[in-house]
Amino acid sequence: MSARKVVLKVADDVSTDIIYPGRFMATVLPAETPMFAFADNPDFNKRLKSGEIPKGSAIVAGNNFGCGSSREQAVSCLKGYDLLIVARNISRIFLQSAINLGLNIVICPEIEATEGDELEVDGGKVYNRTTGKSFATNPLPKARQAIIDAGGLIPYTRKLVLAQRPSKK
Amino acid sequence: MGMTYVQKLLAKAVGRPEVAVGEVLEPGVNLAMSHENGALVINQFLEIYEGTGREAKVWNPDNIAIIFDHRVPAESSKTAGNQKKTREFAGKQGIKKFHDVRGDVGGICHQILPENGYVRPGYVLVGTDSHTTTHGALGAFAFGVGATEMASVWALGKILNVEVPATIKVVVNGKLPRYVYAKDLILHIIGRLTAQGANYKVLEFHGGTIRTMPTSGRLTLCNMSVEAGATSGLIPPDKETLRYLKEEAGVKGKVEVFGPDADAVYDRVLEIDAAKLVPQIACPHTVDNVKPVTEVKGKKLNQIVIGSCTNGRLDDLEVAAKILKGRRIVDGTRMLVFPASWRIYHKAMDLGYIQAISRAGAVVCNPGCGPCLGIHQGALGDNEVALATTNRNFKGRMGNPKAEVYLCSPAVAAASALTGVITDPREAK
Repeated sequence: MSARKVVLKVADDVSTDIIYPGRFMATVLPAETPMFAFADNPDFNKRLKSGEIPKGSAIVAGNNFGCGSSREQAVSCLKGYDLLIVARNISRIFLQSAINLGLNIVICPEIEATEGDELEVDGGKVYNRTTGKSFATNPLPKARQAIIDAGGLIPYTRKLVLAQRPSKK
Repeated sequence: MGMTYVQKLLAKAVGRPEVAVGEVLEPGVNLAMSHENGALVINQFLEIYEGTGREAKVWNPDNIAIIFDHRVPAESSKTAGNQKKTREFAGKQGIKKFHDVRGDVGGICHQILPENGYVRPGYVLVGTDSHTTTHGALGAFAFGVGATEMASVWALGKILNVEVPATIKVVVNGKLPRYVYAKDLILHIIGRLTAQGANYKVLEFHGGTIRTMPTSGRLTLCNMSVEAGATSGLIPPDKETLRYLKEEAGVKGKVEVFGPDADAVYDRVLEIDAAKLVPQIACPHTVDNVKPVTEVKGKKLNQIVIGSCTNGRLDDLEVAAKILKGRRIVDGTRMLVFPASWRIYHKAMDLGYIQAISRAGAVVCNPGCGPCLGIHQGALGDNEVALATTNRNFKGRMGNPKAEVYLCSPAVAAASALTGVITDPREAK
């Protein structure tokens, strides 16, 4: 099991304005949004862009991660670096968009970790290799499992479209 | 067992006698709204159809609305390109509820939808904007979704995997005191619930204060329900809803209304005595950091903003105009005003509000989101402080992470423009 290094720890109520500031909203393409991830945290943004932070690293968050605006760029910009989000809980729209786009998220209400710690996610728990402590995770909404299994909402909807009768036109 | 308003609405939407909290449904969508981010929805929508051999046609163009408001007129060639792409798509797909950059029918999506009669009680309404909660003021179950979710709605005509939410009942009684408004009420509620207190739930508003509140105030209440994490804010429709739809939104014909069951089961009940409220301020950098104006008055201000989908309506401009008429905004503080739609702008002109506000020294801009999310006009400089009637004060929100944003009602904003510091309108000369 590969470990995920915690590269950023953030507090409660981190809004999508922090993750992806509004002034970059004219940029929409998932190939371009990653360059503005956490743009108002210039040091972290630079480390992401330069590749100093390896793909697959982890962000540990408090409660209500991703609150505020529905901008999907806040999800696609993190997905671009294949980041894992381990949060105490996640705001509704962000959670839904994360599942839709296939961003790796774990809801872990009791998580304790600091920057530099190494985490393993497996079988309904997060194991902090650095501190030796384990934390239970909450399952993602069951109703959304079919979307996760399909690899995201686009392939899932595509299947439903193909199952419809073709229009006569 | 009795059902809450949202339960009854969803039961009707899926054609069943009842639905339980937590149940997963896939209701048809009555209205699907996007703004400039329609450009991203289009990308995702076209990707769904890639390789299918099917024509990428939206399920029903009459149930889709697209309104340009976030960056109007375009502030960059990138935005102009997104708007162009969206305009062409709307034309090709036959989307008629399309509001372009125009000085007659343009405006902010959350004002354009109600004022054009696009929203009805009982609707399932989704929007690629978190403040879509606004439309619960007319009895719709209205909530924000991401762009990919919207692309799926455009293809299927229904929204997948909606969990029937639990309901927090908010009961407000008593007369709002002078200089205390719907904005102060919702800020107070958010302060009590916290920014995540209503996560995955809806707010259902009741009580004498709500029943006597005009639709403009109700729109403010439901608009900011999302700041407590609520999926939607809902006001069961009543006489005022029908009056608004007929007299102001031009809706003809019979409008069906219903209310929650008397024995509905609520997650929690929050009771508020409106008569005891004072003007409220949400302090940086979270909307739930709410204090009475008396605790923050005297804070020096660089910029004051009146407008947005929260407080850019005619009665908001009236409050500001009455305070500013014949006065002068203090030097060193700039004031920007953004009416929520051109219809409102024109009415405010007819009534002399625009003239009074402009002659006092405020810059009256074109309807749109303006500086609310820091992407168009009115950005802040380092260490500047803004007082705004908008809905969010997150770090960086008004275009600069080194600036501060305080949120308030139009009365506090206008009174403060005359002094240059946060001012309690009840004490203003």
